[in-house]
Amino acid sequence: MSAYPVFDPASSLARPITDLTRLTFWLGFGVFLIVVLVLAYFMWRYRHRGADGEPGQVFGNTRDEVSWIVAAVLLVAFLLFMTVRTAAASSPSTAGGTPDIYVVAHQWYWEFRTPDGAVSSDELHLPVGQRVLLDLTSTDVIHDFSAPQLARKIDVIPGQHNRLWIEAARPGTFSGACNEFCGPQHAWMRFTVIAEPPAEYRAGQAARAAVAAVSNASASRGAQVFARVQCGACHGVRGQPSAFPHDGAVGPDLTHFASRRILAGGVLTNTPEHVQRWLRDTQGVKPGARMPTLPLSGTEISDLTTYLEALK
Amino acid sequence: MSQQSTALPAAPTRPSTLWQVLTSTDHKSIGLTYMGVAAVFLVLGGLEALVMRVQLAVPNNRLIAGETYDRFLTMHGTTMIFFVLLPLLLGFTNYLLPLQIGARDMAFPRMNAFSLWLLVGGGLLLYLSPFTGAPSQGWFSYAPLSETPFTPQRGVDLWSAALIISGYGTTLTAVNILVTGARLRARGMLYKRLPMFAWMGWINGFIILFALPCLTAVLLMLEVDRLLGAGLFTRGDPVLWQHYFWLFGHPEIYLLILPSWGLISEIIPVFSRKPIFGYEFVAWSTVAIAFLSFAVYAHHMFAVGLGWPVDLAFGTTSMVIAIPTGIKIFNWLATMWKGSVRYTLPMLYAAAFIVQFTFGGVTGVTFAVVPIDWQLTDTYYVVAHFHYVLFGGSLFAVLAGLHYLYPKFTGRFLDERLGKWGFWLNVIGFNGVFLVQHLLGLMGMPRRVYTYPALPGWGALNLFSTVSGFVLGVGLLVLLVNLVRSRTHGVPAGRDPWNGWTLEWLSSSPPARENFALLPPLHSRRPLWDLKHPDDMDHVRPRRHDKNGHIREEERDHT
Repeated sequence: MSAYPVFDPASSLARPITDLTRLTFWLGFGVFLIVVLVLAYFMWRYRHRGADGEPGQVFGNTRDEVSWIVAAVLLVAFLLFMTVRTAAASSPSTAGGTPDIYVVAHQWYWEFRTPDGAVSSDELHLPVGQRVLLDLTSTDVIHDFSAPQLARKIDVIPGQHNRLWIEAARPGTFSGACNEFCGPQHAWMRFTVIAEPPAEYRAGQAARAAVAAVSNASASRGAQVFARVQCGACHGVRGQPSAFPHDGAVGPDLTHFASRRILAGGVLTNTPEHVQRWLRDTQGVKPGARMPTLPLSGTEISDLTTYLEALK
Repeated sequence: MSQQSTALPAAPTRPSTLWQVLTSTDHKSIGLTYMGVAAVFLVLGGLEALVMRVQLAVPNNRLIAGETYDRFLTMHGTTMIFFVLLPLLLGFTNYLLPLQIGARDMAFPRMNAFSLWLLVGGGLLLYLSPFTGAPSQGWFSYAPLSETPFTPQRGVDLWSAALIISGYGTTLTAVNILVTGARLRARGMLYKRLPMFAWMGWINGFIILFALPCLTAVLLMLEVDRLLGAGLFTRGDPVLWQHYFWLFGHPEIYLLILPSWGLISEIIPVFSRKPIFGYEFVAWSTVAIAFLSFAVYAHHMFAVGLGWPVDLAFGTTSMVIAIPTGIKIFNWLATMWKGSVRYTLPMLYAAAFIVQFTFGGVTGVTFAVVPIDWQLTDTYYVVAHFHYVLFGGSLFAVLAGLHYLYPKFTGRFLDERLGKWGFWLNVIGFNGVFLVQHLLGLMGMPRRVYTYPALPGWGALNLFSTVSGFVLGVGLLVLLVNLVRSRTHGVPAGRDPWNGWTLEWLSSSPPARENFALLPPLHSRRPLWDLKHPDDMDHVRPRRHDKNGHIREEERDHT
């Protein structure tokens, strides 16, 4: 993660935009500097120094006008040429290919699905050095997928499927966020992109596609609470029995909850204390979130937390 | 009985000032009422902005979390655009247009009053909405977020009703401006001799007339969805909203800046003591911008995924519109060249305008470079950009105009000392708030968020922005005090305090009813220059002057 993501691209798709941004900023700064310096010089050089009478009345000069119009036209033409060149490099055609990852935006979390059955929330895993085609849609309002170090941003629109090429040229974690105003919790609709070498990526992908394995026997009390308060009405845990036929497609999938780094769009990091705080005071932590504050007792909360943190 | 029969007929009582303001159809009274109403809404919108800045002062703040913040966001945007900048500029246009073209009033004085009170009614309706749940969908009100399932409160309906009603008023004002400029120009006041403000205000009438109905139409569609369940933007296409909205919304930005350019184009010549450089170029560039302003709107939608041909087309037009804008800036600079610059308050504000507007213009061009927009749209970089254009540009021009015309409005000068304090506080405060927001945008901070994680630099820059916000607030307060105090305590100004050249400076200060008893013959763009310099009148200038604008030696003794 970098202080200025647009100036620290980690992708052959984002790099051309960075170069163009630098160029445009320098050109723009040059124009601004010329205007400011000319303004300052004229205001100083031609300040009123107590002379009587009016200065010479000059009404204009067509040659001057033509010269700065030509200069402006040349500058614009050059920028336009660079725009066309960069756009082709940073946003190649998405027609034809089959999407590698399906992105579904919800108020207020991101769901990433791959055709092999892996699901993750607020965490997008990418293999390093490969261009990956995303298919993006929304279940409610318009969101916007923005991971500035890896690709251009694109809106995520209900009823439409936008497509986007994304690539990470080096391993690492990169931050992303929803960039289109999508309601009260727009602020906490962030996500993390985790780029791994292909071998690690494949291993992780297999683990994410697998069903939940509850390793801890003491988590079974939590599983009972999970069933009793009907968490499964919204959340799915693949491989665990559920009373709900739709397998919980409303809230984030919890199958590999324990492996996640952030909770609820980045409002908390994934630690047992934070999970307890979230369960105790959901609406206080994230006011307006679709999940209500559930009337849970202290033991229920700690049991549920143990269960969730066992979902590796 | 006897007493009554001998009493003299009662002298007609003078109606109270309030009653006069409420019932006046005089363009000057209406113009000033527009500005007074805008001042009230400026205080409200400014306080809303400060509340938001307080919330954003530190990371992970929960002071006004979630939807409450969004309500402030929505009210601030709507208030500032529709009930502050717009009435301020309509106020100047109402006040100045008839005076500058030598007319007695606007073409339809009663419709003029009707338009004003429609706008006031709209504003009141907007501020009734908190009682039913203030709107929280943002001033841009993107569907489907603005639809009932996501934003159920009645405040959204009041919000659209407010904009529909005030929008009718504004559209009628456009008709009034167009007819006034076309039909009521005094004899000799040809189109090609219109003062710059009158010209730009008149061209602005066309933008308003064609842009506002798009908003009214799309708001009606939204209400058909919300109240009748039609589903135009839910079962239909949510992006359709954006097309209508920005087809209004981008011309809207230009209609909020054209009269400001007009004010700047009056102020810089008067305080440089030279006519505007390249009148024809400034005038025609305004027409070019009016046309182009309808052809750039989709640059708000580059991230929607409309496809490369669409993005390229709108990117091109958005870049092209920078050329006529640049022409204006260079002509303002050239007006100062070899002039005799007076460091008055209006001129200081005009200089600040040029710097800030140019900065906002340059960052604007970066959005026309489509790939940069793909990275920076919907971040704080956008917030910084449009505040440089609308606040640092448009509102600073209005403040320049206010200091310039206050002697005409009241007959007295604004206090110079308070004015200087206000000026520097406003400049420092404004740039302090918004300059750092460019950096926040480049750091990736999304706009319209109620809080943000504690990433490196984010907290410090936001805190700096918030503190500067209070400096700006004090600056505007100083200005407000000056405006009130100078009405009674200011130095008397007389009818022509700045040695101006356009017809408004011929009338008394404040101008009498119906403005002029007599008009001088109009031969040129500067009738008052001609009156003051009978030996050097503009219309005989070309054959009598050398290229530096001085009367030729052999012509000195001819009159």
